[in-house]
Amino acid sequence: MKKWMVTASPHVRSGDTVTGIMLDVIIALLPALIAAVRIFGFRALLVVAVSVASCVLTEYVSRKIMKRENTIGDLSAVVTGILLAYNLPVDIPLWMVVFGAIAAIAVVKQMFGGLGQNFVNPAITGRIVLLVSFPTAMTTFAKPLAWAQGADAVTTATPLASLSQIDLGGNIAAQMNSLSLPTMSQMFFGLIGGSLGEVCTVALLIGGLYLWARHVISPIVPVSFIGTVAVIMLIAGKGNFSFMAYELFSGGLMLGAIFMATDYATSPVSRAGKILFGIGCGIITSVIRLFSNLPEGVSYAIMIMNIVTPLIDRVTLPKPFGTVKEKKEKAEA
Amino acid sequence: MKQKLPDEVRKPKARARGGVPVAHKKGTAESPVRRIDPPSQVVIPMLQHIGAPCEPIVKVGDHVLAGQKIGDTDAFLAAPIHASISGTVKAVAPVVTVGGRRIVSVTIESDGKMEHDPANVPPHVTNQEEFLAAVRESGLVGLGGAGFPAHAKLRFPKDAKVDTLIVNAAECEPYLTTDYRECIENSWDILGGIYALLEFFDFKEVVIAVEDNKPEAIETLSRIASTDNKKDNRIHLMALRSKYPQGAEKVMIYTVTGRKVPPGKLPSDVGCAVMNVASVAFLARYLKSGRPLISRTLTCAGSAVKEPSNLRIPIGTQASAVIAACGGFASDPYKMIVGGPMMGFALYDDTVPLTKQNNALLAFAEDEMKIKKERACIRCGRCAEVCPMGLSPVFIAEKLRKTKDPEELQALGAMVCMECGSCSYVCPAAKPLVQNMREAKDMVRGMKKA
Repeated sequence: MKKWMVTASPHVRSGDTVTGIMLDVIIALLPALIAAVRIFGFRALLVVAVSVASCVLTEYVSRKIMKRENTIGDLSAVVTGILLAYNLPVDIPLWMVVFGAIAAIAVVKQMFGGLGQNFVNPAITGRIVLLVSFPTAMTTFAKPLAWAQGADAVTTATPLASLSQIDLGGNIAAQMNSLSLPTMSQMFFGLIGGSLGEVCTVALLIGGLYLWARHVISPIVPVSFIGTVAVIMLIAGKGNFSFMAYELFSGGLMLGAIFMATDYATSPVSRAGKILFGIGCGIITSVIRLFSNLPEGVSYAIMIMNIVTPLIDRVTLPKPFGTVKEKKEKAEA
Repeated sequence: MKQKLPDEVRKPKARARGGVPVAHKKGTAESPVRRIDPPSQVVIPMLQHIGAPCEPIVKVGDHVLAGQKIGDTDAFLAAPIHASISGTVKAVAPVVTVGGRRIVSVTIESDGKMEHDPANVPPHVTNQEEFLAAVRESGLVGLGGAGFPAHAKLRFPKDAKVDTLIVNAAECEPYLTTDYRECIENSWDILGGIYALLEFFDFKEVVIAVEDNKPEAIETLSRIASTDNKKDNRIHLMALRSKYPQGAEKVMIYTVTGRKVPPGKLPSDVGCAVMNVASVAFLARYLKSGRPLISRTLTCAGSAVKEPSNLRIPIGTQASAVIAACGGFASDPYKMIVGGPMMGFALYDDTVPLTKQNNALLAFAEDEMKIKKERACIRCGRCAEVCPMGLSPVFIAEKLRKTKDPEELQALGAMVCMECGSCSYVCPAAKPLVQNMREAKDMVRGMKKA
């Protein structure tokens, strides 16, 4: 009599794995890495390497201390490492990178139960921790392409910082002309000041399209997030399209909307929830950019919406198939 | 690959949500059904349907004929059981059956004659009541897999106005090709069965539903459907999108009619009846011959089977005899499955008998059945995306881990789950979501009893 393997159904499963999804995200982040190296030099690569290494090591050590299964094989710590580095200026001291990585992985991710259990995005929170701890280092941005000319420590203002000087009550077009902003194509290709992975819009869009094509992310969150910012900026800029475009292509909006707001663990599951989440991110980002003293608000917006996510999930829980009818019947009875 | 379908073939009325693109692997599609020689013995369980088990009405030492009734009950939700070969009753004792339940079964040793019971004569049917009684006597249960007694399915509640009969030929599970062969080989029986049903029921419309990846079946059936003139063009053919679980009853009703069966309700509540295509064809043969359900077609396939084929086997044939009829194993099997790979049951040994509901016996080598490493849930939400019933297994599994509160589980819709396996199939973290759903359902049922 033969004895065979017995398991519950289903007996076949798709080839998708957590590791595979993380690998797809890493692949999608590569164009921005290439752009960062071209724009800011090889130190960009160094920052990414240090960030990834510290994240993976922190994950390994924290799991070890907690006597839990080693999970670095799922590559999620690598993704966090890359994203954290992308949120940092290229000239940031490396020990700060390590500090940010430990905050992101040990505190935000592992202390709350590891992958899938963290309630805020680790990379975003790591960035916020660094921003409030080392505001100067975190807001000193290298001039794009300056490294190639051998010019050391040339810094520049980000377009967002320049834009924040605009008085929205006055003539916006005239004020923008006087600001000596980068050209639109410089904005699009990332030849602007900013964190090392956020500047190159085109590279981030390529990554986003790749993730969409691979069904890793749905476009709902990025579209509703960026769309909301676009609408608000258009209204705030009294219909000035150029003002809106500068707002969209500068700062962390693309990086945040495509790669961080779409983080599974910290964004809603249902379609309706994703739309609400994206709109919420867009509103908070715009409010911070327009009305606060901070030039940028993407990180805070995503973190706040991360916290609201369980509530959004609860109110947008899809109804089981056929439920609507039953309710009608009850109402009739 | 997709051919243009004849014009009269209807398009689905609605697009069902969710589902997964499971590989079809219908390698046996072109293998004609072959009748196997009666095995030396059959083991016939007294429960081969949803409902109450039958009581055996034969005892050890009795000589029985093929088609002779050997089990019956007074319960409404049941179908009588007949001997599938002629021979001597060797044992009446509990046997472990597909799915692991121990069920009283009648073991018959063949006399090699395959003598049919002369009492099996075509039933005399003139009205609906007689028709339903005859259907009960035939022992027919849903041949698609669930095994719902056919007479019970057709006995609609008095106030229900059932206007649509759906003949389910979707066969959405991988590997399975018996319904496909039924369409190709016995298409006139299908039409005959539909005619019989139209005679006794007031269906306004009969829709034969086939997945659009089976052009040959669609062509054959559309020829048949178009010969129907005397029935006021009530018979139609519909080509459905081939996506698992297209053949699931509620999904089928929605795509064919656009009607949604609410949770806890029956198809008749939305005016529909769904019957498997092989069940309908059986009805035609039974009304002509009077021979009850004592054999069925079965796909035997998978990488570990030497000669994958479609077989007609006597009910109660043991798995080992079916494998032997397919040339034995090509390689040492790692896993044996009765039914499709999405909803079927794994076997632990080859003495298990195959029953009325079992449409496939699959044997696989290890490389095809590798178990994915389970990881932490990343909340990707794919389980919710693919759930044809609109549930969010991610939240049900989470609730099960945390509070185990049956009321909350019910509020999340756990009872609506039909265990199609789409969520587990798609889960990148290889979570046992179907088992979670079963556990949740058990807890809700427990609460209702208490």
